[in-house]
Amino acid sequence: MKVRFENVSMKYDGNDRTILDDMSFDIQDHSLVSILGPSGCGKSTTLMLISGLLMPTDGKIFFGDTDVTKKDANARKVGMVFQNYALYPHLSVIDNIMFPLKMAGVNKKKRKERALELAELVQISEHLNKKPGQLSGGQQQRVAIARALSKEPSILLMDEPLSNLDAKLRKGMREEIRRIQKETGVTTVFVTHDQEEALSISDKVMVLNEGLIQQHSGPQALYDRPDNIFVAQFLGSPEISTFDFDDLKAGFDSSLRDRLQSKDVKLIGIRPESFTQVDGESGLITGVVDRIEIVGKERTVRLKLDNEQIVDITDVDINFTEGDKVSFTTNFDAMHFFDGYGNRVVIKDAE
Amino acid sequence: MASVSKKIIIYVLLGIGALTMIIPFYWMIATSLKTAGEATAMPPIWWPVSMVFSNYVEAFQVAPFVRYLVNSVIVTALSTLGEVLTAILAAFAFARLNFYGKDVLFALLLATMMVPGELLIIPNFVTLANLDWINTYMALIVPWLASVLSVFIVKQRFESISDNLYYAAKIDGCSDFRFLWQVLVPLSRSSIITMVVLKVIGSWNAFLWPLLVTNDTEMRTLPVGLQAFTTEAGTRFELLMAASTFVIVPMIVFYMIFQKYIIKGIANTGTKG
Repeated sequence: MKVRFENVSMKYDGNDRTILDDMSFDIQDHSLVSILGPSGCGKSTTLMLISGLLMPTDGKIFFGDTDVTKKDANARKVGMVFQNYALYPHLSVIDNIMFPLKMAGVNKKKRKERALELAELVQISEHLNKKPGQLSGGQQQRVAIARALSKEPSILLMDEPLSNLDAKLRKGMREEIRRIQKETGVTTVFVTHDQEEALSISDKVMVLNEGLIQQHSGPQALYDRPDNIFVAQFLGSPEISTFDFDDLKAGFDSSLRDRLQSKDVKLIGIRPESFTQVDGESGLITGVVDRIEIVGKERTVRLKLDNEQIVDITDVDINFTEGDKVSFTTNFDAMHFFDGYGNRVVIKDAE
Repeated sequence: MASVSKKIIIYVLLGIGALTMIIPFYWMIATSLKTAGEATAMPPIWWPVSMVFSNYVEAFQVAPFVRYLVNSVIVTALSTLGEVLTAILAAFAFARLNFYGKDVLFALLLATMMVPGELLIIPNFVTLANLDWINTYMALIVPWLASVLSVFIVKQRFESISDNLYYAAKIDGCSDFRFLWQVLVPLSRSSIITMVVLKVIGSWNAFLWPLLVTNDTEMRTLPVGLQAFTTEAGTRFELLMAASTFVIVPMIVFYMIFQKYIIKGIANTGTKG
């Protein structure tokens, strides 16, 4: 089911804090969309609004062409997976999966058939008669997914479904979710604060901050062409380095400098992996090596510039030691330009 | 060595506790098997010499105990059922629903627990008299259909159940009413059973109220019926104890069946606070 938000705002009564501000977006049918953002950015609220558990203060919500703004969760026929699974502890696995069907008045034979089919899909068939308390976190999550899918939801909502799992399981489960989503074709909205999770499984990612959509695009575009400085800094680890245009302009040739100036570029962002070392002090930035950190195959050089700015650099050959003065440059394509408001400025490369 | 002497102290203390609990029961059963003379003898006779089992037969002839038993069962069953229903519904409202004045209302409800029960006897009696309910089952049952303590215990339990389960149930198409009966109640089983057990025991043993609001032998409950052995000529202790044994046995059996839930339920309310 296609989902559309039209100028949706959300304020919790009692306080004037706006959780979501005039939000509009479209989610395509059969796609998996992640909502990504730091805590308190409004991502869970967005999910609750899609689910119908919360009603927006303003604006309209459409499922397909139907206005569902005033409809509750049941009428919207959504399925939802919660962070702590929220399985019914007193019911067995199969009863948990059948519960939504029982509520919908589906007869016993049919609901059992459907439950067995779903148990197969999420690979939980051998635990059907256990209680949730006897299952591991990953197994409980599978049951929760099966339960959410049992009534063939118009849309599947997942609220940080992986954050209670340990790191190794999380990766496996994330691929499982993608597989299940592809097999069933259900439109899925996945809320997370983990960028790796969002980038790896989504068709599209919506980055939220302070109740506003920062960027809604394909995962790679998010990294390669961030719409603003928040997105640029939120994605990637170590964080992107940002420089004042004035600090770098000496290193540019005059035509580029003029073009950047004419477009009102104030900040330049460069990702840690985009630097290459140059001889002497001829590079774009020059500084003293403050620290070299080697963790497994990750090598991070922490460079301290003359103006005290710290720059993290990765993916370079290390032929220097701490305390050396080294110089780095980058190519034009690897630079992200932002104006005084932090928004991306598109500069065409000079021939 | 320290642990052995610690163990001894614990066992001695527990033994004293157990004896304190058991002696009255023993005394009741022993007395029920004595002759009238032995029952009141001084110094007390600890072991009945004559073993008068006929006391039990005689006790049943003095008063219509079967009728009392029927009354007790009806009153206990209906007032327990009523209290469980009101407690569950009220607890749900206070724990889950949002309505104007909820907190004030709940505070008021708790405040009523500060009023000594004895103070309510006369107003309640007058109310029932005006309703013409004296000497009916209504008088025995209706005043006991709700208990603030039960509402409180069940509310605490309901509140300890995660909000997410409520949301999940809403998503699954579960109405508030079905959520209450199919999710909350089964999950609160031990709290509810505790409440039932305490209520059953309390209701079964109630004496003052049934005594006040009934004046016909037909309407008496078992504990009130025990009075039949006290006449102007004195109390027939051996018969009274025989009848008391009969009154208490169902409660002991009941308690033994539900013991595990009672302890669990009380432990729950304690730690959840």
